[in-house]
Amino acid sequence: MSYRLVNWFKLASPQKFYPVAGKMIPLFWLLAAAFGVAGLWLGFFVAPTDATQGEGYRIIFIHVPTSWMSMFIYLVMAAWAGLGLALNARLSGMMAQALAPTGALMAFLSLWTGAFWGKPMWGAWWVWDARLTSELILFFLYLGFMALQSAIDDPRRADKAGAIVVLVGVVNVPVIYFSVKWWNTLHQGASISINKAPSMAMTMLWGMLLMALCLWMYSIAVALMRVRAIMLERESHTDWVKQLAEVKA
Amino acid sequence: MKPMFSLIRRDLLIALRNKTEVLTILFFFVIVTSLFPLGIGPEPAQLRKIAPGVLWVAALLATMLGLQRMFAPDHADGTLEQMALSPTPLVLLVGGKIVSHWLVSGLPLVLMAPVLGIQFDLDAGSLGVLMLALLLGTPLLSLIGSIGAALTLGVRGGGVLLSLLVLPLFIPALIFGAGAVQAHMAGLGFGGHLSLLAAMLVLAAFFAPWATTAALRIALE
Amino acid sequence: MIWHSAADFFAMGGYGLYVWGSFGVCALAMVLEPWLLRQRRSQALRSLQREMRAQQMNKERT
Repeated sequence: MSYRLVNWFKLASPQKFYPVAGKMIPLFWLLAAAFGVAGLWLGFFVAPTDATQGEGYRIIFIHVPTSWMSMFIYLVMAAWAGLGLALNARLSGMMAQALAPTGALMAFLSLWTGAFWGKPMWGAWWVWDARLTSELILFFLYLGFMALQSAIDDPRRADKAGAIVVLVGVVNVPVIYFSVKWWNTLHQGASISINKAPSMAMTMLWGMLLMALCLWMYSIAVALMRVRAIMLERESHTDWVKQLAEVKA
Repeated sequence: MKPMFSLIRRDLLIALRNKTEVLTILFFFVIVTSLFPLGIGPEPAQLRKIAPGVLWVAALLATMLGLQRMFAPDHADGTLEQMALSPTPLVLLVGGKIVSHWLVSGLPLVLMAPVLGIQFDLDAGSLGVLMLALLLGTPLLSLIGSIGAALTLGVRGGGVLLSLLVLPLFIPALIFGAGAVQAHMAGLGFGGHLSLLAAMLVLAAFFAPWATTAALRIALE
Repeated sequence: MIWHSAADFFAMGGYGLYVWGSFGVCALAMVLEPWLLRQRRSQALRSLQREMRAQQMNKERT
């Protein structure tokens, strides 16, 4: 039982994590593809036409997953950032750095798909209601983090400064999530909660969940790819990088 | 606590000796506010509508100008390192810096706002709510801004980067602050908005100095 | 089957532009991101190899 714990800490060095990440990446791509196919099949061929919104509602199968992921990735970034500050570990900073662009992309796609859903349904590409505004703020927070990291030359300082930015901004995530509850907004209320039965058809719910899983696996795959690239860039002076097969080739 | 007060006194003395700095921020506030009626049109009803937002955004931008100078001069001549090494907890000294920043950059805006509000044809009640809202909002901005100022200390592109970091965090305060005045103008109560603003201020007063101190230590390493 | 023809599927009951505009951009992004990452990786590898070659030449000269 105890050597399991030791194993995890061994992974905390970039040297050990690099090959492990490399082996995991194809697995996550496979999972993403599997969930994606299942989710899209449910979303487009099984889920029935909506009574009020017709076929346009099918955007939900990509809009909700991207929104969930944008918030989830931010929380994971905040966790890595907190860990990095507490343990002073290089890898945590690299993971946060690796997650940010994907999180920003998810936030952007959430806003984009939301606009494409809003235009036919509400008549407007954009409204300044609480949920949309706080998602926009989340997008800005991602961009601010990325800008700060690229402006600071010393990677260790960049890691720590970025960690503070992420942790300060984490208050925004519950605001987004609860905004539809706290304010009278145009955005529809939560249809899925942890303790109540969902107010939508099971096929729709499953389609959404499968697509969310697809995006989750995708995000992990991409983040692992990116962290490996970051390691190659930041650890270029170390022996273990110079000994890698792909470098010696 | 005494070191904190002497720090505030010192900063105020420096500000008094370099009056141009304070006045520049004030003038910026006035000029930016004047741009909007010139750009949008002088129709009074329209001006009254946009006044809370315009005044808040202008106050925001004006305070951002002053944020850079919160730590940069002290960092440049080594005073900041001395502060970090001193026996007084750095948090207290940071608190002092934030207070003096507000006194120099925030409070003048609060006092100036009613005068500018008259340009927008706001009535006395709305001016009062505006002042109260800015009184709560400007310290909040100094607090949140101090985190950004500490994080971007000595970083290239600091000024714009600072704005990019701080403005998203400040949007809720902007929404509630301007919203309070708008609510009053619409005949609804402004109490809710101001309470939320006050709550944000209290939270920031507790947490921001710690975040700023951590950021300063990172910058000083 | 909900869709009576391929044309029906692409039209999405009149919402085609919005549905495919959403899914399309997402699909594009999810293809672009890994591709750009692959570029980043090969760039990093190339600069590493260049540096190692430079160090090697430096050693051989001294």
